[in-house]
Amino acid sequence: MSRNAKFRVWRGDAAGGELHDYTVEVNEGEVVLDIIHRLQATQAGDLAVRWNCKAGKCGSCSAEINGRPRLLCMTRMSTFTDDEVITVTPMRSFPVIRDLVTDVSFNYQKARQIPAFAPPPDLAPGEYRMQQVDVERSQEFRKCIECFLCQNVCHVVRDHEENKTAFSGPRFFIRAAELDMHPLDARTDRREFAQAEQGIGMCNITKCCTEVCPEHIKITDNAIIPMKERVVDRKYDPLVWLGNKLFRRGND
Amino acid sequence: MTGVSAPGRARLGVRTLREDRWWLAPLATFVGLFLFVVYATFRAFQGAYYYFEPYLSPFYSPCLTTDCVPGSSDFGQPISWWPLSPALVILIFPLGFRLTCYYYRKAYYRSFWFSPPACAVAEPHRSYTGETRFPLILQNIHRYFWYFAMIFGVILSYDAILGFRNPQGQWGHMGLGTVILLINAALIWLYALSCHSCRHIMGGKLKHFSRHPRRYWMWQQISKLNGRHMLLAWVSLIWLVVADFYITLLAHGTISDLRFF
Repeated sequence: MSRNAKFRVWRGDAAGGELHDYTVEVNEGEVVLDIIHRLQATQAGDLAVRWNCKAGKCGSCSAEINGRPRLLCMTRMSTFTDDEVITVTPMRSFPVIRDLVTDVSFNYQKARQIPAFAPPPDLAPGEYRMQQVDVERSQEFRKCIECFLCQNVCHVVRDHEENKTAFSGPRFFIRAAELDMHPLDARTDRREFAQAEQGIGMCNITKCCTEVCPEHIKITDNAIIPMKERVVDRKYDPLVWLGNKLFRRGND
Repeated sequence: MTGVSAPGRARLGVRTLREDRWWLAPLATFVGLFLFVVYATFRAFQGAYYYFEPYLSPFYSPCLTTDCVPGSSDFGQPISWWPLSPALVILIFPLGFRLTCYYYRKAYYRSFWFSPPACAVAEPHRSYTGETRFPLILQNIHRYFWYFAMIFGVILSYDAILGFRNPQGQWGHMGLGTVILLINAALIWLYALSCHSCRHIMGGKLKHFSRHPRRYWMWQQISKLNGRHMLLAWVSLIWLVVADFYITLLAHGTISDLRFF
């Protein structure tokens, strides 16, 4: 069964642009990315869109559909009514390159700043042994496909460009949590780094990152809040500080 | 120009393109919390109708000042210098616990401060520093309020147990008020135990669960509760009002307690 759907797609670049109206054929079982491709094939051959896997695993086709950050390939056309006008724009937190393609290099800069996994000094490669219960929290964060929808929706940088220098964003707080919870990571300054360099204190836990995550990672509850609590242990809780001094707690 | 209109970003000229009813959730949250604040403020300042043998309103428990009505002070009356309602002495603890709670923070940042009002809806503020400066940096003391919440859980449970007396103080009796106070104590426990700080303290802070099997088990149980933290925050808040209102009606003489035995 096919029908015609009304689309509004943002066309332009950093100098300016506007929403263009299109009427496009839609077939049963299609997703928004299929329609964008049909637009390219039939009406707008120069429409720029970034995509790769069409399976929700590469994280390339992030955009905003009716104002909501979504993956184009994971948004089914059947979720819209027949007479609904579907508006597709690029992500609004990053500089636009052209049409639906944005420059997400902000995220790669933030990724590079995080100190990598530090191997334990007393173990040689090949000798690492970890129990499942000790790595399962980190495994949830490894599901991240780096679509950067969480980075895009986070109001700390979305609504305040000036915060981009001081704030890493939710994707990199889950990286911080992943490493701080890693049973073999030898670094002991992850919490200080999260507070001083990543700006975790700027997060006001309003959970939009969790709402938009296509991998359903509980970013706020399982990564950001635990990291905030770990920062409190190190920076703001005199009882924990005293306990650590008195009892010389080891690496528990 | 900052935010979604910053140079280089796609120019759209509107703060959001969302056409769904994104304003409904923050509006409902605002109305719910506002009504609670109005009711709680009135009741806390009223200083009356909070005790009807054997029930003590959770807003006034523990009743520690010399102004407390006879029979309501289970822990003595050590405070004689306090001129206002006895509720105002202790309310800072449950209030502080809820104000610094990770769920309520989300709720009021969104619905009262529009920071942001909803996801992908631009906030109206020119600048933003989050929880890095005074006073919001004080949100980091949430765990200390949680310690007090544990004490309040014990006190409210004790109050509920005292409800198994009749108005003459004899044990082995029960009324509708007893059930209401039992549910109240249970909800306060569930809300406090589902807290994110509790989850951290019980086991979340550990790097190796395998070395601490008991704490890992506790962390797992708390994590299950934690998934319902928002629900428990609301239900326990509403039930506080139910419990207080029921006791107010009893103390006022508007209704009489339904006694079971």
